[in-house]
Amino acid sequence: MSNTVSNTHGLGVVGKSVPKLENREKVLGKAEYIADIYPPHMVHGALLASPHAHALILGYDVTEALAAPGVVAVLTGDDVGEGRMGAFIKDEHAIAKHRVRYVGEPVAAVAAETEQQARKAADLIRIEYQTLAPVLTPEQGLAADAPIIHPDLESYFKVFDAGSEANLASRTVFDEGDVASAWEHCDVIVEGEFTTQAQAHVSIEPCGAVAHMDGNGRIKLWSANQSVFRVQANVCESLELPMSRLQSLTPRIGAGFGNKMEPHIQPITVALAMKCGRPVKLILSREEDFEMVRARHPYRIRMKTGAKKDGTLVARSCEVLLDCGAYVDDSPGVLGFSLLMARGPYNIPNMHSEGKLVYTNKIRFGAFRGFGNPQVTFAGEQQIDEIARQLEIDPIDLRRKNILSEGDPWFLGQKVESAGLAQCIDAVEKASEWRDQIRSTKTQIPGRRTGIGMAITAHISGLLSSAAIVRILEDGCVALNTGAVDIGQGSDTVLAQICAETLKVDLKSVSVASPDTDGSPYNWGTTASRVTYMTGRAVKSAAEKAAIKIKQHAAEMFDCNIEDVELRDGGVVGIIGTDKVLPFLAISARAHWAVGGPIIGEHSLAFERDTLDPKRAVALGLPFPRIGVLSFGALVVEVEVDEVTGQTRILKAWSALDVGRAINPQLVEVQIEGAFVQGLGYALFEEMVWDGGRLSNPTLMDYKVPTIADVPYDIESIIIESPEPDGPYGAKGAGEIGINAVPAAIANAVFDATSYRHRHLPMTSERVFNGLYNSQRKYQ
Amino acid sequence: MMGEKAMMSINVNNRSQALETDGHDTLLTVLRDELGITSPKRGCNQGVCGSCTVMIDGTPQRSCITLSASCENKQVHTLDFYKDDPTMQALQNQFYNCGAVQCGFCTAGLLISAYALLKDNPAPNLKDVQNALSGNICRCTGYRKIVDGVIAASKELSS
Repeated sequence: MSNTVSNTHGLGVVGKSVPKLENREKVLGKAEYIADIYPPHMVHGALLASPHAHALILGYDVTEALAAPGVVAVLTGDDVGEGRMGAFIKDEHAIAKHRVRYVGEPVAAVAAETEQQARKAADLIRIEYQTLAPVLTPEQGLAADAPIIHPDLESYFKVFDAGSEANLASRTVFDEGDVASAWEHCDVIVEGEFTTQAQAHVSIEPCGAVAHMDGNGRIKLWSANQSVFRVQANVCESLELPMSRLQSLTPRIGAGFGNKMEPHIQPITVALAMKCGRPVKLILSREEDFEMVRARHPYRIRMKTGAKKDGTLVARSCEVLLDCGAYVDDSPGVLGFSLLMARGPYNIPNMHSEGKLVYTNKIRFGAFRGFGNPQVTFAGEQQIDEIARQLEIDPIDLRRKNILSEGDPWFLGQKVESAGLAQCIDAVEKASEWRDQIRSTKTQIPGRRTGIGMAITAHISGLLSSAAIVRILEDGCVALNTGAVDIGQGSDTVLAQICAETLKVDLKSVSVASPDTDGSPYNWGTTASRVTYMTGRAVKSAAEKAAIKIKQHAAEMFDCNIEDVELRDGGVVGIIGTDKVLPFLAISARAHWAVGGPIIGEHSLAFERDTLDPKRAVALGLPFPRIGVLSFGALVVEVEVDEVTGQTRILKAWSALDVGRAINPQLVEVQIEGAFVQGLGYALFEEMVWDGGRLSNPTLMDYKVPTIADVPYDIESIIIESPEPDGPYGAKGAGEIGINAVPAAIANAVFDATSYRHRHLPMTSERVFNGLYNSQRKYQ
Repeated sequence: MMGEKAMMSINVNNRSQALETDGHDTLLTVLRDELGITSPKRGCNQGVCGSCTVMIDGTPQRSCITLSASCENKQVHTLDFYKDDPTMQALQNQFYNCGAVQCGFCTAGLLISAYALLKDNPAPNLKDVQNALSGNICRCTGYRKIVDGVIAASKELSS
């Protein structure tokens, strides 16, 4: 069921579930991903990974590798300068240099005629190491005598007040109200420690890149990415190249969940291409993709929440400790964002959150759908459930009593402009027949228990800058160019819908340019659930500016005032109140060949609303001064627990999201369903496991992701539309929010089924079985 | 072991192809790197994700764990072969319409598995579809719209 209001607005293509523009080539197997690019004369790259978690590099011997069959070039840390990259703290070289900091870190690379030759030769590189004691947990990293992972941390460039010291990469503290004295006004207080595990992104396409330097020394780089511009910045920073020397392009992307936003092996591929003078193609194996890209942060969370007898929430404190891995990557943003979201979508007058980000000798942790929100939501939404049970209030009623609504400030002060949260809660309550379910739960089939649980959430869409260029072609067709990478979610289609709607043209007459740093306007990236909202705003404004020019031409051609003409459906301009029309073709021909020049509308913007209102709250180490607008969601799940094995299955799920306005409802539904299933894997079985410094399950044999057999068909997506005033046609983001509430809702349902509160993810069969066993013992 | 190249011939999409290959080359590597057929994808190279699925003698198989040498005298068919096949066209149309395609990386493998299902069972129910596609991992869709696509294709074909 989709509760869309699109049909009532009387609009054209916005609100329609049109198939994605590139679906045809995908069903024909003709879409070209990074591994499908075979430039003439190319060589294959392969990597040598560090076998040590922490070691100094004393020297390289590449003679044997260079002499191996087919080898064209070998690259080591000696071939790159001292340049360093990083979105928040510039702490990372293009390839390990002087020191290795995790098992799996690329330490050398080979280019050879075939992939097999390159991989064989990489194993022939000899590296002399002096091993150092590793830091394997954040707690260990904070110890007074801990080995220091980045001895020069103090001198690294940082984009915010990180407070770095020793292995502490950054710290952030937020405060609003007076938490310390608020506890005494609470009738009920719940407190607990929660841990969450590392989750691997597992885009089915592994990361890869293809690079080529031309005769002028200019480099063309294609890669699996979420932002051609972040790729360009990272490669140029780490290799100390002016940006004018690098053109960053994109093929089709085999999905990204944060893993392809910041760099992976693009800098190494470029360095290798510069060294060997031929196009280089480097595609990671699945194992390498697990070991050297990035993953979701493991969290340790201490949370405390207090309420009055009537259920009014009074205070919450949240303290988190993040394993940052060897390089900070997006981690300070993840830390800051989780602290900002830790209050949940509630009016809690007294709130304190603080956290530390600590370097360890593990793979870098970074952006992953939800960006720190699923972790704190796992804790926060279980505490809401605990309070509801202690006060014997229905968990939905308790939430409804405390939720934010339009005009209320978010934690730290930013005003919420649109809030469809109450409608989301109403919708899932109704669809799941919540109250009947509550009554009818407990065992139906002997040996199995069912339970029902819910959780609510919010997420942002926004951040930083975007732009759009809308050009009217000679024949009246429209060329849209934004630089936003479509990673498979359908942003090209959604942006084309916004453009077509604004210009009142057929969707088929709009082309979408493939992102290219030479030709596209800047777009920070396909991340932070931002493309529909941020780039959509740019597209709508750019199209409106083009429309003004079109109407100006028409007015001159009709010899009337611009106020007297209007855009009409199908790419024509008419004189208001008459049937006199001019097609875009005639107008654009005039512009191109006679008067004024080609018609181009363009718009640039940066997200403009402050996160912090200094009159309300205090923040230390805030990594993002302006973050985004708020989307909301509510989720109910029904689970079945096998009493003999502890296996938990999801029977049904109802997920309602307020996305402002669904530009393409079908694409929103897929985001809801896909996010739910990724959250299901995270909640129940996905877990990266380390044996010392070595990841022990870097394969799909050993790291299980949900298959079609693990998930219910009955994932009901419900779209709520509470328009954001400045969103394009009211739209806000939908990409991440659907995952946030999943672990918490499942944990609440498992509690309902087993009377055991799970504070550690994943809720494996073993843990659920032990929980059931313990709770039975307790109550006997 | 390595370097011993031998000539062999392999029948791909009803064309006999002469190849020089050593015993280590997988069918997937030969299809992609030697024959330029890139619709089968390398997602895991371990036979788990299903993105490299092709038909070998009419049975869906993982080309990443099939040695090319073992395909001599066998018929290999990739998605490209079925472009005029009504069953595959119905699946492609319904994947297109139902939102079963997101990033598309797993799509070719899924279509092959779904094709094999419909050839075997023209009117599958939900459970049949789940069983037939349980060896194809999709990280984007949540699978519901893929089920919808397969069921819709079976209905389109029977109507």
